[in-house]
Parts: sequence; structure tokens; C-alpha cells
Amino acid sequence: MELGLTTAVYIAAAVLFILSLGGLSGQESAKRAVWYGIFGMGFAIVATLVGPGHGMWWLSLGLILAGGLIGYILASKVEMTQMPELVAGMHALVGLAAVFVGFNAHFELVNVLAMDEASKKSLEGFAALLAKKSQVEINILRVEATLGIWIGAVTFTGSVIAYGKLAGKVTSAATKLPGGHLLNAVAAIVSVACLVWYLQTGELAPMLVLTAMALFIGCHLIMGIGGADMPVVVSMLNSYSGWAAAAIGFSLGNDLLIVVGALVGSSGAILSYIMCKAMNRSFVSVILGGFGGAAGPQMEVEGEQIAIDADGVATALDEADNIIIIPGYGMAVAQAQQSVAELTRRLRAQGKNVRFAIHPVAGRLPGHMNVLLAEAKVPYDIVLEMDEINDDFPETDVAIVIGSNDIVNPAAQDDPNSPIAGMPVLECWKAKQVFVSKRGQGTGYSGIENPLFYKDNTRMFYGDAKASIDQLLANIS
Amino acid sequence: MLIGCPKETAADEKRVALTPDSALQLQKLGYDCMVEAGAGIAAGFNDAAYDKAGVKIAKNAAALFKAADIVIKVIPPTAAETKHLRKDQTLISFFYPAQNTKQMEALAKNGTNVIAMDMVPRISRAQKMDALSSMANIAGYRAVIEAGNNFGRFFTGQITAAGKVPPARVLVVGAGVAGLAAIGTATSLGAITYAFDVRPEVAEQIESMGAEFVFLDFEEAQTDGAETGGYAAPSSPEFRQKQLEKFNELAPEIDIVITTALIPGRDAPKLWLADMVAAMKPGSVVIDLAAERGGNCDLTVPNEKIVSKNGVTIVGYTDFPSRMAAQASSLYATNIRHMLTDLTPEKDGKIIQNMEDDVIRGATIAHAGSVTYPPPPPKIQAIAAKPKETVPEKTPEELRAEETAAFKKQTKNQVTLLAAGTALLLLAGTFAPASFMQHFIVFVLSVFVGFQVIWNVSHSLHTPLMAVTNAISSIIILGAVLQIGSSNDLVLVLAAISVFFAGINIFGGFLVTRRMLAMFQKS
Repeated sequence: MELGLTTAVYIAAAVLFILSLGGLSGQESAKRAVWYGIFGMGFAIVATLVGPGHGMWWLSLGLILAGGLIGYILASKVEMTQMPELVAGMHALVGLAAVFVGFNAHFELVNVLAMDEASKKSLEGFAALLAKKSQVEINILRVEATLGIWIGAVTFTGSVIAYGKLAGKVTSAATKLPGGHLLNAVAAIVSVACLVWYLQTGELAPMLVLTAMALFIGCHLIMGIGGADMPVVVSMLNSYSGWAAAAIGFSLGNDLLIVVGALVGSSGAILSYIMCKAMNRSFVSVILGGFGGAAGPQMEVEGEQIAIDADGVATALDEADNIIIIPGYGMAVAQAQQSVAELTRRLRAQGKNVRFAIHPVAGRLPGHMNVLLAEAKVPYDIVLEMDEINDDFPETDVAIVIGSNDIVNPAAQDDPNSPIAGMPVLECWKAKQVFVSKRGQGTGYSGIENPLFYKDNTRMFYGDAKASIDQLLANIS
Repeated sequence: MLIGCPKETAADEKRVALTPDSALQLQKLGYDCMVEAGAGIAAGFNDAAYDKAGVKIAKNAAALFKAADIVIKVIPPTAAETKHLRKDQTLISFFYPAQNTKQMEALAKNGTNVIAMDMVPRISRAQKMDALSSMANIAGYRAVIEAGNNFGRFFTGQITAAGKVPPARVLVVGAGVAGLAAIGTATSLGAITYAFDVRPEVAEQIESMGAEFVFLDFEEAQTDGAETGGYAAPSSPEFRQKQLEKFNELAPEIDIVITTALIPGRDAPKLWLADMVAAMKPGSVVIDLAAERGGNCDLTVPNEKIVSKNGVTIVGYTDFPSRMAAQASSLYATNIRHMLTDLTPEKDGKIIQNMEDDVIRGATIAHAGSVTYPPPPPKIQAIAAKPKETVPEKTPEELRAEETAAFKKQTKNQVTLLAAGTALLLLAGTFAPASFMQHFIVFVLSVFVGFQVIWNVSHSLHTPLMAVTNAISSIIILGAVLQIGSSNDLVLVLAAISVFFAGINIFGGFLVTRRMLAMFQKS
């Protein structure tokens, strides 16, 4: 296949990818959009396999199919609650691939530079492209490759740690080595020094040191971020994997890689922005870990937490017409989505208006709750965003909070000294009655007292979310 | 312990303190229940219904008083009943200790524990046993029904083939529980309803029930309702003057007046004077719910219905709850049951009178041989929240100014960003070779397209978005595929691994996205 034809296919693929992302604006068009993505990817790979500069296409094809088989098995088996881990894990693979491809660009460059003029002429493909480059272009290529490797390496270790945290294999608490962010800063400075060193010598050693630094930063940075900030972390890594691809695209001179890398990178960046906005925190403060210091003493919480049993909740639900359910990470942990969906079905069968209110940072992944509820066959048109439903709480008879804490904390609005002051929250306390399904007394991940639990119209429904809802189901026909 | 409920002996009292429903609940608390034969007949509960609910039937009052450990009643005990009560027996009933001081002292001396349902403090936690509110609610409803019965016309306005019927105009004076219930009933019958209260903070409640608050233009520091336990306090002479003027102005237009104004511990204030009645149209109706305490209307005769000279009916019944005996009994019995639930923390059928508990302490007027009335003020105050300080509404000019300022700020930000971006691009263009700039154009445009496209992605699809971007970021496979043909073995191996990983990602990412998207279903 000629280069022109390959480029034409690349353009088609790029358009398909854009359509694929654009189609995600609605649930129905999304089902079509994913096929655009699949075909775009198919076209791009086939065009590359048969295009100029290819070699050993049979090996590539075999490896793709082998990897595809593993991917297929993984994706078919994965539980929807494990989605955050899966996404983080896949980011790691992209990151690692970017590192390898970047190193390869370096090796090829070294090879080509070592050749004499005659053999340069006989080169084809990527190597031929390298051979034609001037000194300035070679330096730019070195910067691009280094950038690709660096971002790729940060993405790789960061994603591995994120995977570990989400899968519960690494402690989800924020842990840092002594020295904290100073270590990261030092590693970053060393990286820049390595880049300069590499540009001057063109040797492998600075590349290896730089990669080691990047691997360390990725690992240490994500270790220092707590479990509830994972939505930001995962979308940030998503973004990085895109930028890594774009940087590699620059060094290989491949426009499709640049286009897709930029799309993915900006998508992840927007997701991170939305998540940060939903927590009323700056991106930097999330990444550096921990909450900002409180501006003064926090308001004292008065009153007591009043418990209620399944019987009482069932009676209240029986009398209610308008019900809003607010799921959080606790629902995912307890795998309670099927029970919640069954509860919803029964209540809706009785003609009650049951809806779900989803806070943007509920769960460990952007849109995590939506996917879990969809899996349990809760229709998506009763699953609403915070902005759509927040004004409806005063007309709501019963609000049920299942495993969420900070996203329903009234201190965010009432207490200017609270660490989460100003964070947009679901105003469930305005409902006539609130039931909170929670494991036991005690504060949430952030260690902030939640005055909601002490309000007059709040009743605490203690116990594992799934067990509690199942108990409740026994009382509702 | 055995709970006994005697037949009410007062004339015309139809209510009963125990219903078959409440008996079932009380038995769950570990109590046995007994009722005097025929006690519930007037309220529509016959002995068979009680028997079915597992309630023992006592032949007469004497037998019942003898057997029962706890006696529950509606009306304060008569002299005869008081004699039946013995030491360590508990009586739960309306009692009005301020009026029945002697009887209270006698019972305390006798060693009987007395819990007065009318003394339950008005705090949120005690609402479920607030029998005064339950009865007031019924009285308010019944007042409207009684008015309708005596009013010769429709409540609701109608346009019929036989002519136009104007809606009735109802004025409710005093928006306590009874007043609000009356407002609700009158508006749901279709009447145009006005309501007045001396406490300005109830205006919101009145409007929420669908009535119009009669606003008095009067500057005076009103006492805060929360300080007086949610009840109205006497008003100043000037205020009263203004109020009567307003009523005089309204009287000719109003068809039905329902007065519910009471001040704790005083006679009912006279609010609807003789000249106002005279100003009303013939056929109009005045229902005076304060008749028992002398009435809010000048002409009211307690327990009677009279017609004034100009044909206005004035109803002064004092037994509205008893006129709806079935409803009143079931609510009262439920209030009693809630009281007993609080008295029986262990659910073992034994009363534990915890005198530290605000509600129980407040309601107990005789305990362990001594009078415990009046109770100390409850520890928890506050019934109505203090009115919030309202943020002044912004004028349209201010809003417009704000909008313009925001717009200007946004423009400034955008222009600054664009200028900075252009400067950076020019800088890059000065130094970078053309081949780099070609790719750079593609990059910048792609970032722009990405931002535009991603903003439209639905929030609920963020997880599929991450999965699909994950899959397409494996486009890095192109680089690896191009390198795999290299003659360098190390390059070959690294490229092969990359292809393999990217392969996992492509298939895994797209498949999992499809799985997720297939799950999203419309109802």
C-alpha cells in the first residue's frame, strides 16, 4: 500500500475516533459510537500492517490476536464493581507500551546515525525518515521521545499503584516516604538534567536514569493520594496515557498517533477538571494529596444519631410517594446494586416516584455509580445528576443514602471552617425524612464529622448495605 | 401489666382511649388489655372487635378499675372514678391540672401516678403523643364541616347552566393546629380562605395550606413564638385595635368565620365582636372553637347553636372531637400507645417512669405520692425555628451589572489565554523546523476537537468514556508495528511486547465498553 493511501485510511480512522467520542453524548448513540471506534482501530491497524515500512506483519498479527484473546477473556469476566481496577490496569499497559516504543525510537536513531550515507539510502520506513533528519530535527525528536518515555513511565507505575489501591491490594490510605513531595521534586529536576545530558551525548544511560526517575514519581505520587480521590487520579492517568501517545506520535512523525493522543489526553483532562470541580478543590491540591487545612475550629455537632430498623424504614417507604436514593462507594463495596435495583423495581411497581441522585465523585471512577446501576438494570432515565435533582429534595418524602458520606455532608454549606466548605453536595437533608445506610458510627474517609447523621429527620440504618437492603426487601412486597 | 380502659361517663362523650388497633400494638409491648363492656360502641368499636384483638372485656367499671394496673381515659376522671383509683395505679388521661388542682392533690396523696396527656411538652420528639394537636386537628376539620352544614350554599364557585355560584369566603382566626386544619379543609372544599394570626412567623404555614395571610400593617416587636412554647401571647392594646379594625373591614365580605384563638392559661380573647356579626350577611356562619374558654365571638353561647338577629348562625359547640368519635378515638389511642411505648423502653410490659426524660417528666403531674406539677422547663427548647435573616433580593440593574462584569471578565480571560497561546506558538515557530510545526498543527487542532467533543459527553457515560479512550489510546500499537520489522533484536523484542500489550488493551477496552453500554436501558 502506498504512503498516500495509508494516510487516507489514517484520516478516516481519525474521523471515526472523533465520532466515537462524540457519540457518547447519549446512551443510545453511544451504542453506535463504540462501533465507530472499533472500525477506526481496525482500519488503522490493517493500513499499518500492509502499509510502507512494515515488516514481519505475521508476527504483529499473531501478537495482536494473542493479546486480543487475553483482553477478550479479561473483559468478559470482569465484574462491574471491578471496573475502576480494570481501567487503571489498562492504563498501565498503554504507559508501558509508550516507554518501549520510545526506547525503540532511540535505538533506531542510534543505528541510523551510525550508518554511512550509502546504507542510509537503502533504508525504508521509519528508519528512512530518521536518516533524512537534520541535527535540529534529531534533537527535537530526542526531546519528543524522552517526553513520551517519561509520561509513559509515570503512567505505568502510577496506574499499577492505582490498580493496587482500587483492588485493595495496596492500602488505600495516603502514604508517603519521608521527604514527601520534596522527593518528587528532586526526581523531576534529575529528569530534566538527564534530558540535557541526553541531548548532548545521545547515550542510553541518561535515558535509563530518567526512566527510573519517572517510574519513581508515578509510584510515589499516587501512593500519596487517598482512596476517595481516585476518580481524579484515574482520569488524570487516562489523560497521561493520551499525552504519552501524542509525544510518541511526534517522535515517530505519525499524525494519527498525535490526533488520538490529543483526543484521549484532553478527554482525561476534562474528566479530571469535572471531578475537581465537584470536590471544590484545585487539581494541584488533589494531586499533592490531603485536604487543605481547616480555617478555624469546625462547628460542633450536637444531638445524637438515632438508629432505625428495617421495619421502620419499610413503613416510611410504604407511605412515601417521592423517593430519592443516593448511592456511594459503600454500595459498590457491599455489592448491593442488585438489591437496590430490586427495591427500586418493587417501589416503582407500587407507583412511587423513585429516582437516583448521583454526585460526580461518587465511587472510585467518573460515572462509576451509573455503570453499577445500569448493570443492575436500573433504567438510566431515573438516574439523575446532582444539578438535575438537587432542587427536588424539598418535595421528596424519603431520601435514602447508601454508603455515601462526604457528598451529602451539610457542613460543606453551613460551616465555612469545614475542610470541605464550598464543595457542592446533594442536599438530601431537605427531604422530609432521610435514611442513612452505613456500616456503623464513625466518620468517612476524610475524617470529617457529618452533621447530617445528627439531624432530626435523619435515621441511621446500620449494617452492611447489601444485608440491610435485603432485610428491607423482606418487608416490602 | 394490665391496661384497662373504662367507658367514658361524661355526658355526650363518645370517644374511647383504646381501639382494637392500638390494643394489638400495646400487646406487642408486652401489656395485656382490658376494656369495659360497651366502651367503644359510640365510637364504632363493638365488644366483638375488641375480643378479636385479644382484649379482655370487663363487665363494669368497678371490675375494670380493680383489675387494671394502668387506666387509660379520655376525659379527666369524675369524682366516682377518682375513688376507684388506688395506690401505685397509673392513670393516663387528659387532666388539665391547672383547673383540677384539688383532684390532682387528692390522687397524689392517694399514691396514684398520673400522666396528663394535655401536659406533653411541644417538642419535636413528643409530637407523636401530642393528643392536644390530634384533637385540635379534628376540631379544625369538623368546624368546617359544621359550618358547611349550617351554610346554605356551596363552598366552591361554579358556573352552571342555572347560573353562576360565587365561592364562599372563609376567614380563619388563629392559625394553630386547629386553624391550619380548618384552612386545609376549607381550601380543599373550594372556598376562598383568609387566615389571621398574631404570630407573623406562621404566615408561611398559612400560605402553604393555600390560604391568604391577612396582613396587619403594624410596627411592633412581636414576641417570638418559640419562647412561649409555640403558643400565642397576649397582644398590646394598640395591636388589638388595629386587628379589630381589619376584621370590621372584612366582616361584610366573609361568609364563614372560624375562630380558634386561645392564649394558654387565660380566657379566650374577644375578637369577633357583636358589630362584626351585625355587619355579616344573613345566612353567614360563625364557628367558635374557643367556646369552652368563653369564646372569641361576643355572641357565643357555649355548647349551643344560636342565630343572631340578622340571621347569622353562631355555633359554640365544645365537643367537636367527640362528634367525630371514630377518628378522634383512633388518633387519641395512638397518642396513648406512643406514650406507653416511651414508658416501656424494654418492651416487657412494665412501666419505667424515667423522670429524667423531658417528655415523661413534663406529662407526669403526680408521682410517688407527691404532686409534680408544674414541671421544670424542658431541657430542649425551640419548636419553631427563628425566622432566617433574608438576603435582600438583587435588583434587575444589579443583576445586569453583575452579568456584564462576568462577561467582561470572561472575555478578558479568553483574550489573555489566546494572546499567551499565540505568543508561545510564534516562539515555537521561530525556532522549530517546519516538519515539527506540521505535526504541531495537527496536535493543537486535535486538542481543540477533543475539548469540544468531550464537553458534550453525558455524565452518566464517564466510565464508558474512560474505557473507550483507553482502547483507542492503544493506537500506540502503530508505532510498535512499524518498529517490529527492525533488524535490531532488542528493538524487535520491545516492539513485540508493546504490540502484545496494546492488543490486550484494544480488545479488552472495546469489549468492556460494549458490555457497559449494552446495560444502559431506558425504562
